[in-house]
Amino acid sequence: MNTVLAIRARGITKCFGDVVALDGIDLDVAQGQIHGLVGPNGAGKTTLLGLLLGLAVADSGRLEILGTPVRRALAVPDGVAGFVDGPGLYPSLTARQNLAALAALRGGDARTAGIDGVLAEVGLTDVADDKANGFSLGMRQRLGLAAALLTGPRLLVLDEPSNGLDPAGKKHVHGVLTRLAADGTTVVLSSHRMDDVEALCSEVTIVATGRVAFSGPLSKLAAESRELDYRLLTSDPPAARLLAADTAGIGVLDDAEPLVVRAPTPALDELVARLVRAGIALRELTPVVSPLEAAFLALTDEQEAGR
Amino acid sequence: MTATIAADLAPPDAAGRVTVARGYRFELLKLVSQWRIRLLVLACWIAPGLFVAAVSRQSSLPADTLFGRWMHATGWAGPLVMLGFAGTWALPLVTSVVAGDVFAAEDRLGTWRCLLVAVRSPRRIFVAKALASLSVILLLVAGLGSSSALGGIAAVGDRPLVGLDGHLLAAGDAAGKVLLAWVCVLAPTLALAGIGLLGSVALGRSPMGLLLPAVVALTLQLAQMLPLPVAVRLALPSYAFIAWNGLFTSPQQLGPLLIGIVVSLVWAVTATALAYLLFLRRDFTNLTSGGSGRRALAAGALPFAGLVAVTVAVVAAATGATGAGIEQGKVESSLATAFAHLYRMQTAQLNRPEVTEAQLAATAACNKGGGLLAAEGPGNDWRCVVTWHLPGVEAAGTAVYQLDISADGRFVADGDGPKEVNGYFLVHTPIGDQPNPLWQFDGNVALLPTASKG
Repeated sequence: MNTVLAIRARGITKCFGDVVALDGIDLDVAQGQIHGLVGPNGAGKTTLLGLLLGLAVADSGRLEILGTPVRRALAVPDGVAGFVDGPGLYPSLTARQNLAALAALRGGDARTAGIDGVLAEVGLTDVADDKANGFSLGMRQRLGLAAALLTGPRLLVLDEPSNGLDPAGKKHVHGVLTRLAADGTTVVLSSHRMDDVEALCSEVTIVATGRVAFSGPLSKLAAESRELDYRLLTSDPPAARLLAADTAGIGVLDDAEPLVVRAPTPALDELVARLVRAGIALRELTPVVSPLEAAFLALTDEQEAGR
Repeated sequence: MTATIAADLAPPDAAGRVTVARGYRFELLKLVSQWRIRLLVLACWIAPGLFVAAVSRQSSLPADTLFGRWMHATGWAGPLVMLGFAGTWALPLVTSVVAGDVFAAEDRLGTWRCLLVAVRSPRRIFVAKALASLSVILLLVAGLGSSSALGGIAAVGDRPLVGLDGHLLAAGDAAGKVLLAWVCVLAPTLALAGIGLLGSVALGRSPMGLLLPAVVALTLQLAQMLPLPVAVRLALPSYAFIAWNGLFTSPQQLGPLLIGIVVSLVWAVTATALAYLLFLRRDFTNLTSGGSGRRALAAGALPFAGLVAVTVAVVAAATGATGAGIEQGKVESSLATAFAHLYRMQTAQLNRPEVTEAQLAATAACNKGGGLLAAEGPGNDWRCVVTWHLPGVEAAGTAVYQLDISADGRFVADGDGPKEVNGYFLVHTPIGDQPNPLWQFDGNVALLPTASKG
């Protein structure tokens, strides 16, 4: 286990006037990890990502990024890159010009700054000389990622990087982020797409109303989850329905087809065993929502109710 | 592949610092990549030349514009006509489009956060943006001046220019004065650019941010049209847009010009400093913040109100100027001086014996409203009788003029007889037939009491 932390936050609070955006946030992110940040709209995710990028400083609390304490705005150490609230590109410039301008801004030579490499990395080589004003949201997201890659980041902070991406684009970006993490780059990303988070992240932090509702590995989150809803397709639905209703810990949600039951994992295991013993073929057993999404909904509901 | 790329990428630089020079180049690239800026550059470098050349070849000239009536006579009148137009319309619009949008564009594009992450210094971003917009504005002003001068010279030629008091400036002298006049209007242009920066920072993506320099310029121009006291007129930066007129008299009326330039530069510095302070206070993590809004703009207007009050007091105390500055004695002196210079020109054009201004000893007697009103202030009801003498002729000559004097001191003298002296007739000159120079001519009254006419 990698114990070196790329981010260490303790008691981070940030207010905008009377609005408390972050309320005592604690966060640990290990180096080389892809860490997901999820939460409902207005939970404080973008504010937290803004602090990690150095766009602002916390009103109180301690924040260390890549081992360096951050005490004022725009004072994060070198090696932090990314974007919040969109990738921020200049539509009158081509993709290549956008990257070359950013490279020149940082003192690099456009010819040797690796622009072709990062464009290929995010799959934009074919449109490198097209103006960004014609780009779709997904292409802009990828160009934003390329701009961040251009700096050779050690910590990559991304706000909704999968927004607007088609399945192929999403797979491409996931591949880039996974390879970056494998090379030691820490990635913190926010997303409303639970499938993205589940596919990419080893750990996740759920934020609700400015507080951390959960932080840790996805496996721990699944274990902490209580009952989930599952859809069952069998060879004999009426018999399966009767058997499910007769199994301890199983709740049959309605009479409609296909059969949907609510159960904790042990009760579900027992139901499957009984179906097999009864000679009923099990054709599909699928969670109606993913474990992460269920946990997210449950935890955020609790947090909202507790305020 | 990622590993290879990441390993090849160099860190930004040793200190991770984006210098102002790099930021300046970045901002300049963003500005010149915009189609409207490119269009503006093309328009400023081509349109004035074509306009001046076309107008100079027409039989009807824009006589209501200063120096417009001399566009057939010399190519140097064209850039001065363009300068008058630029001060009213072109320069406020140029500053609006460039300086009024340089910060607001980032709001519109949603690029502030990425820019800050890349540069990490609001101070350097501000300086880079201000310098880049200034550079583009200078390029556009240079285009307006150069293009109109080239158009005038190409269409009419490099010939002497008749000054505002009728004296003749040699072609070289005229060229230098034209260049100096364009340089002088950079000061009020900078004041408008500073206001543009302030509006762009304060109002963000609101269209009012873009329009603020044009609105302020229009308001100040309207103020200049009112019969304000001289001290108030000179305390406004817009006066420098017309004070260059003083370069074309002999002796030059440099007092109002210098005051106008200093006032304009103080406005430029004040507006830029306010924009800077407002920009540094902005919270870029607050997504709802797209500029500091009307309250900030109202707060920004207060220093300018204070600045005008202080400037009025200083100008009044330093110059002793009171009232409108247009008084009977000054009007008579200005008209007589211009008449004498132009009479001498007419004499030469008509191949009559040469006469000097001293021999003419021209004087003028003026009244306003037929003598029923106090002879002071602007108006089109001034009537003057000019008297002069010729060597060897005992009787004095007299000619009548109707004067239309505007609030800024500029006047148009319209000959009202006798027609042999100041009526309309064509005079044969080496460059073609020209209207009688004594028929209608422009002049200006020095508004400050310390200025004197030659």
